This record gives sequence, structure tokens and C-alpha cells, in this order.
Amino acid sequence: MSQSQEVLANMTGIQKYFPGVHALNDVRFELRAGEVHALVGENGAGKSTLMKVLTGIYQKDGGEIQVMGKPVQISNIKDAQDLGISIVHQELNLLKDLTVAENIFIGREDMNGFLLDKKAQNKRAQDHLDALNINLVATQNVGKMTVAKQQMVEIAKALSYENTRILILDEPTAPLSDIEIEELFTFIRDLRSRGVGIIYISHRMGELKQISDRITVMRDGQYVATVETAQTAMDDIVRMMVGRIIYEQPKTQSMVPEGAPVVLQIKNLCSREVKDVSFELRKGEILGLAGLVGAGRTEVCRLICGADKRDSGEIFVEGKLTSVLTPADAVEAGIGYLSEDRKRFGLCLGLSVANNIALTRLDSFTKGVAIDDRRIKSTALEYKERVDIRTPTVETLVRSLSGGNQQKVVLSKWLVRDCDVLIFDEPTRGIDVGAKNEIYKLMHSLIEQGKSIIMISSEMPELLRMSDRIVVMCEGVKTGELSIEEATQEKIMALAAPQV
Amino acid sequence: MSEQSLQIQSAKKVDLQKLLAPAVLVVMYIFFAIFGKNFFSTYTLKTILESAYYTGLMSFGITFVIITGGIDLSIGTNLMCSAVMGGVAYSMWGWPLWLALCLVPLTGLLFGFLNGILVAKAKLPPFIATLGMMLVTQGFGSIISRVQTQRYPTIGTENEWFKTVFYRSGSFPTGALYLLAAFLIAAFVLSKTKFGRYVYAIGSNEEATRLSGVRVDKYKIMAYAICGLFCGFGAILFASTYTTATPGTGNGFETYAIAAVIIGGTSMAGGSGNMVGTLIGIFIMAVLKAGLSSLGLQAHWQTFFTGVVVIGAVLMDNFRVRAAQKVKV
Repeated sequence: MSQSQEVLANMTGIQKYFPGVHALNDVRFELRAGEVHALVGENGAGKSTLMKVLTGIYQKDGGEIQVMGKPVQISNIKDAQDLGISIVHQELNLLKDLTVAENIFIGREDMNGFLLDKKAQNKRAQDHLDALNINLVATQNVGKMTVAKQQMVEIAKALSYENTRILILDEPTAPLSDIEIEELFTFIRDLRSRGVGIIYISHRMGELKQISDRITVMRDGQYVATVETAQTAMDDIVRMMVGRIIYEQPKTQSMVPEGAPVVLQIKNLCSREVKDVSFELRKGEILGLAGLVGAGRTEVCRLICGADKRDSGEIFVEGKLTSVLTPADAVEAGIGYLSEDRKRFGLCLGLSVANNIALTRLDSFTKGVAIDDRRIKSTALEYKERVDIRTPTVETLVRSLSGGNQQKVVLSKWLVRDCDVLIFDEPTRGIDVGAKNEIYKLMHSLIEQGKSIIMISSEMPELLRMSDRIVVMCEGVKTGELSIEEATQEKIMALAAPQV
Repeated sequence: MSEQSLQIQSAKKVDLQKLLAPAVLVVMYIFFAIFGKNFFSTYTLKTILESAYYTGLMSFGITFVIITGGIDLSIGTNLMCSAVMGGVAYSMWGWPLWLALCLVPLTGLLFGFLNGILVAKAKLPPFIATLGMMLVTQGFGSIISRVQTQRYPTIGTENEWFKTVFYRSGSFPTGALYLLAAFLIAAFVLSKTKFGRYVYAIGSNEEATRLSGVRVDKYKIMAYAICGLFCGFGAILFASTYTTATPGTGNGFETYAIAAVIIGGTSMAGGSGNMVGTLIGIFIMAVLKAGLSSLGLQAHWQTFFTGVVVIGAVLMDNFRVRAAQKVKV
């Protein structure tokens, strides 16, 4: 280990609030020169938020950041770059039609008077790549390269800011094959030996052992511990990640009656992101879909509701093979999908609350050929009351409502449709505790009415509290199925984490 | 601020917005009545009305398309092509006039339907699909007519009923009845039918609408088809007004029709707008045209000022949207 005691960055007592959420609470993090410091935690633990504070994307609401021993104010990405902090995001931000050199120096092009000096720039880029031992040609087009090489371009770009000493890698291995991962690790070790401090975010437990020197664990927006990797068992890390105080009582047994009929069965669903997934849903059941971000849970559900086209696989609704090819087919078959991204996939923001609620079954609000607006209004008022949508009137545009209330509008529109199977994709994301409980209550009342629910959630306590059975996915594959009696956070995490 | 007072305030704002376009229309009319030569007369009123017939129908039609978030550049040439088609059937093929007239809206409908297929099924950007269709319809009219100008019956010829039924009977502007009927039908379809509601929903968020179980493709095709149908009916009014239909022309009509829709407050981004606004937009354009000529200004001045009014209308719309987004409950 080439670890020194020089501290590159030190964050202490960091606070960050979002409306209704205390995203970071008294978080600390220290990065030394020449170390790979892993930052781990479940989805929503606050890792990304913390890194966004460090890189100036978000502003902290409290606490202190020191870089090279000096207290600093990081107000934007430029500030961070000037302090030598660079980040490589999980989603690559490259311009595919440009060359490696053009991507590295975008916004800082070599000029010759008014003209671009491509020659000088290509040379500068090539020198930079060579110095880093990156085997790339500066004049090559980025779009034609593999994801692994594109990632190296991103890293080269991050390191091209003169004084970069702090490099943040967010899930760098997610899109890579095993060999490519090895190459990346070799490169990271090389950087480390040059005294660069690397913050390494990953969900893959196996990797941490290989690459990291220290590990900081976060949970629910709070700092848990920082440990030396060499002296820590990975099981302990997992326990620290999930071992929160369980403030929501988990279900102890399935509430589904013996012999309840299967209402939905999917067999061997395949698409680009989904690999051969099968499971079934019983009447009156809440089936939890667990997994990390990118595990393919949303993708499976989008296949079930016809939003995307499947390559192969069958869907049975109440035992009958049903050709669900469009969302309209799915809705007719009684399957409704409540997207995690309500603004993009759930709501017509420019329409009124009433019109959004009526959208799923406009047919039933007609009188002859004309729409019966009075009935739409009275129905909307009924749901405003029932689901407690806080809106001045039902004619108010959905755009002007708060997130929680928008989510209630989405809920209402599917309640109006009266689907037998409802798919809730992260139903409580970005919603405060009070609204969460209301949504849980509503889900339970749906079950009492004989509906069935598939719930995607990245929050373990939520899964354990709501589900009767849990299907776990990882990288597009179903890795396991747990009855609620046997499910624990540790078991779910073990199935959800990619094995390296 | 309490929810109640916020609501009242925003309600007032909306009302003022709605009054803006009609106010502009009235102010313009008064302005020209004072300063224009012979402007303030029933004769001029009738001229204003009559110049709105065919543009009006195109504007009603394209309002549907624009609210879905699309655009149809082929409406002008589609209208002319449909008019030429009827003329060909009547004078070259010897069809009875009534039958030839049935062919006119059908032609418009056909091309509109094709636009819909290209946009909704083949997923072409509406701008590209309808730009292509603009050339197709223009060329098709020339081919089918062998580039001969088509003449419709006029007063004093055989079938002179065509003029009286569709244009003017004595001094009574019969064409206005069709404009009114088309407006009422379009307004009803847009604001009171399932199709109309889906048009708004698609324009507001197509993907969310699709995921709600709405067969978005079908309704988009319908929007373009209905737009084409309105062009077809507009073609009959065009023929009755001008008596001749010249193949290879018609491009440029769409700019006026689209301008009227935008002046009427329909957003090019889709999801909002209404037929009343479009009707007012049509008359703002018509008053401008008649008014400028009453000031002794020629057609190119009209073109110039139409541009100014369109830009002004959209600028105001932008300010309105920005102001509206600041209001959060």
C-alpha cells in the first residue's frame, strides 16, 4: 500500500436537506493521498448526494469541507475542478461523434487565433493519454469504442484538469466485463501509486476487497463507520449497510390465503435488459421486487405492462395466455403500471387534476359522444377526498402540485381504472414519511378489495414490511425468491449484489 | 399566501389572458375604423368574413394537430390539391358537380390520413413527414390535372348554385354559415369528445398517455386525418370564393393558418389551446389584411405585419408560461 497520511479532502458534519427529506445528516468523509477509499451503502443511503456536495452540484446546508487542509466553499463544478476534484459519473457523458481528444478538451480547445488548432490538441491529448499509460488513440471517434474504452476516455478527461488529485468513480465497473474490470483495477492502482486519492462507489462487495484500502459505510443519510478493508470481513460491511433500527415492523407471515389463485404469471420474459425472468403473482398478494438500481426490475415491469416490446416470453392473466403488446392491451387485461418517474411517465403536467384522473378510463365518462365533465369532476372530487390530494381545486393543473400530491394523482388515476393487478414502481421515492404511510394504507386497502400488487422497492424495510413474497433480481436475472418468513435484509442483499 | 387567495389570483390571471386576444381584435378593428379609408362599413365586414373562409377551415383542422404537439405543413397544398381534384372530376371526367364535390373532402382526408400514418406508425418527425406531403400533394395536383387550371361554376354558368350555396346568395354571405358550422363542430370535438381530450393528453405527455392505456397511435392518426378533412372542406370554400384552382400553388397558405392558431394562444409545444382562440386568431389576421389595405398599404405590408403579430403573440405566450410556472401551490 502506498497510502500516506496526507489528507486530500476532509468533510465533517455535512448536512443536506431536500423538501421533506433530510438527505445527509452529520456525515463525515476523509480521503488521503494515494488511497482508494470505497463509499458504500444501500440505494438512497446518501452516497451520491455526498459526492454531489463535494463536486459542487449540490450546496451543503451545514458542515465543513477542507481540501488540502484548507476550508473551502465549493459552489459549482468549476470550483471543484479548480480544487482538483473530478468525478466520473455512472452514466458516461461523452459526445459520441467527436474524437477522444475533442472530448477530453471540450470547452478548453487549443486555439490558433480564431481557429481550432487540432494538431496541437491531438498531440496534447496523446501525450496526456501516454503519460497515464492509457492505450488509446487521440484521434479516434468515441462512438465506435467499447464502453470500457469510453470510460477510460472519461477518466482521462477527469484527470486532464491540471491539478486533479481527487478522483471520484461512481460505479465504474457496472458496465464492464471481468477482463475489463481487471484492466481498470490495474489502472486505478497505478493512479494510487502516483498519489491520487480515489473515492470509489460500488455495490459489488467482492470488488471492495480487491481494490479499496478503506471503506466508509453510509446508511439513511448518516455516517456509520470507516474501516480498514484488510481488517474487515465483508459480512460485517453488509451488516453495517442494512443494520438500521427497524422502525417499521416487518411482516412476519404471508397474508395471502392458502390456495389463492394465480392472477398473473410471466414465463421466460426476455429483452435486451431482462434475461429469462419468470414469476407468478397470487390474488391478494403483494409481491416485492428487490434489487439494486439497474437490476432490471423496472424493465421487467415495463414488459409486463406492454410499455416495451419483449423479445420472447409469455404472460398469463388469470391462467389465460394474453398477448400484451401495448400498454392499452395491458390495461384492458387489468394490469396498471405506476412508474417511478411520475413526471415523465405518469402525468400530463399541463392538464388538470380531474383530466389526469379520468385519463385511464375516459370511455366510462361519456354521455353519447360527449364527455361528461360534471361526472369527471365529481369523481375527481371523490378521490381528492379519499386519497387526500391537497389541491385548491380539481381544475388546478397538476404541474403546480407538490411531489407527494402528484403521486396521489397518479394513484387516483389507476384506482379509477380499477385494475386487478397494479405494479408500483418505487411508490414512495422522494416522499416524506407521512405520505408514505398513507400510500401503504392505500395499498393494503387495495389488497382487501381483492387486488394484487407487484411492488418494486429499493428500500429494504419497505419490502419487508409490505411484501408477502420477495423476488430478487440482479443484472437482469432473477437471482432468487424468498417467502416473507425466510426473508432478511442480509439474504436479500446477498442475492441482489453482483458476484465478482 | 393561503391556497384560496392564490387560487383566486391565478383565476383572475387566466381570465385576463383569455381576454387579451379578443381585446387585440377589437382594438385593431377600432383603430382601422378610425384611420382606414371606408373601413367602417358592412361591405368591409363582409370582405373580412369572406377572406376568412378557407384559412379558417385550415386553422381549425391544424389546431388539433398542433395541440398533439405536431405540425402539418401540407395543409395549404393539400387544400389546393383537393380543389384541383374536384375540378378535374367535374370538368375533365365529366362527373356531376355534386359528386365531384364529394371527392374534394375525401382527397383532403386521404392525404391527412397518410400524414397520420407517417407520423404515428412510421414515427417520422411531423415536420419531415408533412414537408414531404406538401410536395407530394403539390405535385399530385399538377399531375392529375395535367397542369391545367381548374374552373368551378360561377354566376351565369351552368350549376351556378355552387356559388350561391357556398359563397354568396344575393348579398348574403352563405360561406359564413359553413365557417360557423365548422367552428362549432371543431370546438365540440376538441373540448367535448374523448378524442379531443386525448389530443390534449398526447400533447401534454405522449408517453404518460400511452402508459395510461390510450391507443395513442390511433388518435394521432385521427388528428392528422381530421386536419386533412378540414382542408378538404376548406377547398370547397376556396373554390366557391375564387372559382379557379391552380395546380402547383397553395404553399404559403399554411403559414397564415398556423399563424392564426398561434395568435389564438395555442402553444406549439402542444397540450394547450382552444378553438375559440383559433377563431379569434383567424379574424385578427383577416382584420389586419383588410385594415392595412384600407390604409393604402399593399399586400407585402400585410405579410410584414402578419409576421410582427405572430412574433408578438408567441413572445407574449412565453412570458405568460414563465409567469405561470412561478405560481406554485
